[in-house]
Amino acid sequence: MKFQSQAVAKPYFVFALLLFALQIVFGLIVGLQYVIGDFLFPYIPFNAARMVHTNLLIVWLLFGFMGAAYYLIPEESDVELYSTKLANILFWVFAAAGVLTVAGYLLVPYAKLAAFTKNEWFPTMGREFLEQPTIAKVGIVVVCLGFLFNVGMTVLKGRKTVINMILMTGLIGLAVMFLFSFYNPSNLALDKYFWWWVVHLWVEGVWELIMGSILAFVLIKTTGVDREVIEKWLYVIVAMALITGIIGTGHHYFWIGPKPYWLWLGSFFSALEPIPFFMMTVFAFNMVFKRRREHPNKAALLWAMGTGVMAFLGAGVWGFLHTLAPVNYLTHGSQITAAHGHMAFYGAYAMINLTIISYAMPIIRGQGEAAPARAQVVEMWGFWLMTVSMVFITLFLTGAGILQVWLQRLPDSGDALSFMETMDQLVIFFWLRELAGVAFLLGLICYFASFFVGEKTQTIATVDVR
Amino acid sequence: MAEVFTKTAARNIYIGGSVFFVLFFLGLTFETTRSLPQRDHRENLTEAVAHGKMIWEENNCIGCHTLMGEGAYFAPELANVFDRRGLANEEAFKAYLQGWMAAQPLGVPGRRAMPQFNLTVQEVNDLADFLIWTSRIEDNNWPPNIEG
Repeated sequence: MKFQSQAVAKPYFVFALLLFALQIVFGLIVGLQYVIGDFLFPYIPFNAARMVHTNLLIVWLLFGFMGAAYYLIPEESDVELYSTKLANILFWVFAAAGVLTVAGYLLVPYAKLAAFTKNEWFPTMGREFLEQPTIAKVGIVVVCLGFLFNVGMTVLKGRKTVINMILMTGLIGLAVMFLFSFYNPSNLALDKYFWWWVVHLWVEGVWELIMGSILAFVLIKTTGVDREVIEKWLYVIVAMALITGIIGTGHHYFWIGPKPYWLWLGSFFSALEPIPFFMMTVFAFNMVFKRRREHPNKAALLWAMGTGVMAFLGAGVWGFLHTLAPVNYLTHGSQITAAHGHMAFYGAYAMINLTIISYAMPIIRGQGEAAPARAQVVEMWGFWLMTVSMVFITLFLTGAGILQVWLQRLPDSGDALSFMETMDQLVIFFWLRELAGVAFLLGLICYFASFFVGEKTQTIATVDVR
Repeated sequence: MAEVFTKTAARNIYIGGSVFFVLFFLGLTFETTRSLPQRDHRENLTEAVAHGKMIWEENNCIGCHTLMGEGAYFAPELANVFDRRGLANEEAFKAYLQGWMAAQPLGVPGRRAMPQFNLTVQEVNDLADFLIWTSRIEDNNWPPNIEG
């Protein structure tokens, strides 16, 4: 490690991974509820389990991003972190807020949680992904402000590189866009319009800046390619992300109130949204082919190339499949949306976090530049099991979605199957998806196990002592 | 290529492109907030509708259902449930919703189960008013048919 303070990233990474594991467990629960409708009812109704599944995803990704920033900003800025104490305090505040919120979702009915946290004083709850009690949202803002202050001061007193400037822009954008979660007018059409400023402008906007800069950092470190080359790529990638993604928000404005011109704008710009993800793939592979050194951390390189490919497939290809307005008219809010959501989030944001964790954790843990070769083999097993499982989850949900559109959306009103009748027809796909989910969990177990695999010589040494 | 397309050029595309599209988006947002009143019929947004939205939110209905196609995909679309189950008749729909909410959970083994939310008659009426109001937002004729 170049700077001692980079080690504050460790609890962030560890906690992120624990939440990731819990997210997968709840994913299996909701997946099972898709086929056994009353599984765990009334103890954990579907709405609570799904909320835990999606909120844990958001929170673990935020923990991961923060860990990534605490790790790479001192190194890029070439100074110690402004305050490790603040970073440690904020870790505990954020962890406590996260645990309390999830416990609240599971232990009491949502209406009770709303009453207990006085939602009526400042109603922000009950909107998808923004279900956190208002007080928890305030907590997130406080943590984000403290975090931005800490990393911002570090950049200010140190070297300003393209990577840390773009990462800062992404992180500030993340915090600013989240403020729209506090705007909840009684008018549903207005509410939805600005709800997307949080959701879309995060994942198809500022988060791409965060992803791009983390990827660029890991590629500089692992390939030894000239910084000038990598930074030029980074500029072009994030330029394309914002040029396509900002007006691309329009693909969410087709059917929720805004005027028909959004059908054209949203279709056109969101059809271009695969470009930045495609460029990330080309970027990662190119840099690896042009590498000037053989970095011992093969696993981190695998993650870096994998995140480019999977983000392109999940966010790019699966997004494009249903983004054009005439197609979206039929697929909006179907299992196609779910298919896209799963692969896009895993490919882009879960995997970029796993990339930086794979790169940084061995260094933080004092294993040198990389984990022992045996540990990397187990980690790569985790990579392939999780990634291939996610491909199958996506394919099965896509199959379910196509059949759903065929039965429920395409026919005229008299002939179309009802939603519930349609779901009965999709059961086989949902079982297969659940099976793929179990395989994903096995991959996750492999991945976790890789942290506990030591070098062969050490194992022999222990045996000898005995 | 490296000499023709410099890092400065790349940076300028990034900054110029983002600023241009942020401003364009703000302009479109300004236009949308101006034109939205004709499409969301906000003149009919009564106290009951607003209260209904709050009940919708505080019971996390979006955790299972979609509303205008957004939400969870576990239970039926509800932005057009007024047309589907109430046959676009307000009184009929309110009577239907009262009966439906009171009957939950249905207790059919293996069937997806909706919790009992213990709402008052007034609360169910307000929820119905919210769903009726929502069904009348101009949404470019989505969904394609009555099943949502």
